[in-house]
Amino acid sequence: MAAVATKTLSVTRPRKSRTLTAVMALYLVYTLVPLAWLVINASKTQPALFSTSGLSFGGPFALFDNIAQTFTYNDGIFFRWLGNTLLYVVVGAGGATILATAAGYGLAKYRFPGRRAVFAIVLGAVAVPTTALAVPTFLMFSKLGLTNTPLSVIIPSLISPFGLYLIWVYAADAIPDELMEAARIDGAGELRIFFTVTLRQLAPGIVTVALFTMVQTWNNYFLPLIMLSEPKWYPLTVGLNQWSAQANGAGAQPIFNLVLTGSLLTIIPLVIAFLFMQRFWQSGLSAGSVKQ
Amino acid sequence: MTSTAAPPVPAPARPAPPVRRPRRNWRGWLFVAPFMLVFALTFIAPVVYAFVLSLFRDQAFFGGTVFVGADNYAQVLADPKFWESFQRVLVFLAVQVPIMLLLALVAALAIDSARLHAAGFFRIVIFLPYAVPAVVATLMWGFIYGDHFGLAADLNHLLGTDAVKPLSQNWLLTSIGNVVTWEFVGYNMLIFYSALKVIPTELFEAAAIDGAGTFRVIRSVKLPAIRGAIVIATIFSIIGSFQLFNEPNIMRNLVPNVIGTFYTPNMYAYNLSFAGQQYNYSATVAIVMGVITAIIAYVVQLRGSRKGM
Amino acid sequence: MSRHTVVKGHSMSRIRSRARAFAAVALAAALAVGCSSGGSTAGPAAVTGTQDSVDAALKAGGSITYWSWTPSAKDQVAAFEKQYPNVKVNYVNAGTNKDEYTKLQNAIKAGSGAPDVAQIEYYALPQFALTDSLVDLNQYGFGSFEKDYSASTWAQVKSANGVYGLPQDSGPMALFYNKEVFDKNAIAVPKTWEEYIAAAKKLHAADPTKYITSDTGDPGFALSMIWQAGGHPIGVDGRNVKVNFADAGTKKWTAMWDQLIQGKLLAPVKEWSDDWFRALGDGTISSLVTGAWMPGNFISSVPGGSGKWAVAPMPTYDGQKAVTAENGGSTQSVLKQSKNPALAAAFVRWLNHDGGVQPFIKSGGFPSTTADLTSPAFVDQAVPYFGGQKINQVLTQASKDVAPGWTYLPYQTYANSVFSDTAGKAYLNGTGLDAGLAAWQQAIVDYGNQQGFTVSAG
Repeated sequence: MAAVATKTLSVTRPRKSRTLTAVMALYLVYTLVPLAWLVINASKTQPALFSTSGLSFGGPFALFDNIAQTFTYNDGIFFRWLGNTLLYVVVGAGGATILATAAGYGLAKYRFPGRRAVFAIVLGAVAVPTTALAVPTFLMFSKLGLTNTPLSVIIPSLISPFGLYLIWVYAADAIPDELMEAARIDGAGELRIFFTVTLRQLAPGIVTVALFTMVQTWNNYFLPLIMLSEPKWYPLTVGLNQWSAQANGAGAQPIFNLVLTGSLLTIIPLVIAFLFMQRFWQSGLSAGSVKQ
Repeated sequence: MTSTAAPPVPAPARPAPPVRRPRRNWRGWLFVAPFMLVFALTFIAPVVYAFVLSLFRDQAFFGGTVFVGADNYAQVLADPKFWESFQRVLVFLAVQVPIMLLLALVAALAIDSARLHAAGFFRIVIFLPYAVPAVVATLMWGFIYGDHFGLAADLNHLLGTDAVKPLSQNWLLTSIGNVVTWEFVGYNMLIFYSALKVIPTELFEAAAIDGAGTFRVIRSVKLPAIRGAIVIATIFSIIGSFQLFNEPNIMRNLVPNVIGTFYTPNMYAYNLSFAGQQYNYSATVAIVMGVITAIIAYVVQLRGSRKGM
Repeated sequence: MSRHTVVKGHSMSRIRSRARAFAAVALAAALAVGCSSGGSTAGPAAVTGTQDSVDAALKAGGSITYWSWTPSAKDQVAAFEKQYPNVKVNYVNAGTNKDEYTKLQNAIKAGSGAPDVAQIEYYALPQFALTDSLVDLNQYGFGSFEKDYSASTWAQVKSANGVYGLPQDSGPMALFYNKEVFDKNAIAVPKTWEEYIAAAKKLHAADPTKYITSDTGDPGFALSMIWQAGGHPIGVDGRNVKVNFADAGTKKWTAMWDQLIQGKLLAPVKEWSDDWFRALGDGTISSLVTGAWMPGNFISSVPGGSGKWAVAPMPTYDGQKAVTAENGGSTQSVLKQSKNPALAAAFVRWLNHDGGVQPFIKSGGFPSTTADLTSPAFVDQAVPYFGGQKINQVLTQASKDVAPGWTYLPYQTYANSVFSDTAGKAYLNGTGLDAGLAAWQQAIVDYGNQQGFTVSAG
């Protein structure tokens, strides 16, 4: 902050500040140390993990061996978990993005009975602790025969109140009413306006919502833990926690090295997706700002 | 709030009024209905079910279900365990949320300032922890916190003390706060950053002509412009704090004596259900927490949008 | 008994029907609780059926689901399917101990989703038996297997009301110690708890990085220690439960163990964490008082301790008569939700009575079957990890020295879940186990009374 304050700003092209960069770099270290720790320790064998210091490499370099073991342990269940997670993300987060986009747009651009109530209900329901709703949801789903199926994870993931909110405020500004009126005068129906005019205008917002819902679904832990009883439907998070828990009690089979390597492998696809989507997302954002 | 000052995240209750509104009719439901349908199934129905549960009392082993009216509510309001856990998340909220949001705001302003070397790199890396599942983040920090073999032990060794005990009784809430901060600064930074990104350049030009310094531009142009984003980030952080669960629950495996079964209200509700089979009482705790959270979120939102700048 | 006695719902008709069912449930439940109170003193469970239907089901074939976290489960299932190709066993690891019980509880409450056969630890068994979730295996004549199991394990699956599983493993307690560390510090193997505490002090004084053992507060361990000390803190008679964590036996243990806690002589390492496994390997923790199932864990997970560890009888208070207790151990039970209980029972019989026992022992498990506990091949086996010591001689002897007459609470899993909230403070702050156990007792009394038991303290 201090660095920001000391120099005057020229709006068009401010000078780069080393002080600011150095201060931010400190924060970067804080962000990266745990991740570095993970990378380092995912490269250790189980015995070396138990005998070497956390922030230095020690023992044989076993990262690739660990990765191979992670994918083959217990008949390659990790691979199955990865597939499940992808399924939940594509269907769950994809569906959530579509639903939130349509609803957010509807709330922003149409005036209809119950509009205010929708917002109040959504915000109110979000405030109720989801972990405690797990039991009622579980009992309901089990009456519907949905528990221990992929649907029991996917259906609750379809709702993203934050996504709804984001699209709502985004659509309010990004879609000029004139544009919609013009389309109506041309004889376009509401759905056609949505698909031909709106979606393109909302693209940056949609990508952002897709990113957030994707991360949320990928990281979803509690609900699948309650809903699923068979490891063959687990997503990565629940599976990893089970691997971690199997170090407990009689017949313990600690595989901390695989827990760590599995954790690392769980993060990587998200990081790649984020880097990849960022291009769209970044251009989308600047496009959004130009439009003002 | 005008549409130029507020994008993309104005206060929730006031979506920008359009110039010409189509006539009030039911067409909007075409778009909202699918969402509300799933929402009804996954949110409203369980809430209603939880409410029904909260009016009954059921014994896990003997006897049947008895209608008890508001008895469960009276019991929750007089339950010292509930209030202890509530007080804990309140302290957590009062300390952790401001720190996290301030860090996120500073990071967003710095990245947006165009004065940072490699700003894009900073933005990605700071966001990275958000991509780490809470389960993984907590397992990881749990290893690091170990004062026997973890990084904390190395640090103590380095400093020649044994003062660093992240998992001890006095440190633990701070340690959990650290994990949560680490996870969510990037997320909030991104919300602020995307709001900053769409401030119209004319506003800066006007400020530059007035000869305003960086700090003044931040104070009088940028912060007011993203107030909506700050309010919504605050609301979501408050809700998140009140629902604190994953981090303490996973860390409980390391220090069960410090993190009891009612460390946070959400953990209390969870353990009532899953360890004690006290589903009715658990549902009551959940609803009471939900009402408190909703009220506080509403107040913050009202204050946030009223405070004119 | 109809399904809805365990499924809770809230429609008025459901409530009425529940009220009608109440008397029947209460009676059955009272009988079920009565079972766990008996221990070895209860009369023999009545044999009400024969194994014919089980044999028939096995011949007919079919498919069942089996939940277990034991390492040998996969091999056992494979061997079973090989022997009975027309039976398909869907093996699921639904989580380790309490994680599995939570899922089991959820499925029982939901009325569907439970497996046919589940692994359940002895301490949790009364709870599932009490909620009428398990099949009484007497209806298949399994009561006649009593003579084939060690008395201490059979007592835990049998009740006056039925037989709710066949014992798989058992955990008679013994002293595992790091001989290298003991020798280096000139510590003799303690025979009494007094000597054990003296050894703890001597070791930690000689080398402050070393501790005699670790205990951060584990309800299972605490109860086993009270059991060995001759305590009977829990008494169950139908719906009446008595809890007294201030009886002479309990006090004997708390007085002894408090010396270790308050003297800071216990390694500050959480059991089963990565730190703990490390500490067992590098000598930081130099002994463990635990169940006979531990050697398998040493061999698979503490490679650094190979050749250093040895086994001795559990220390006693008077150094005279050997006495020990059970710690852990589990059974396989058939769930009432099973659509093919006879086939499920056939699998359980094979698993813990017939072909499944050897694969279990091979994986490092400690059996409950007397034939194996007395077979020279098992007893006189020299184990390289323990420096060639014939450890099973010590451990099988321990299984004969288990103090009789122990009872778990009919809601032990709940009680264990709040142990850390209450007694845990004694470990954290050194405020004394008696006070901690008194707080635990209060929580147990309160919960039991809320759930319809009549629980009295003292």
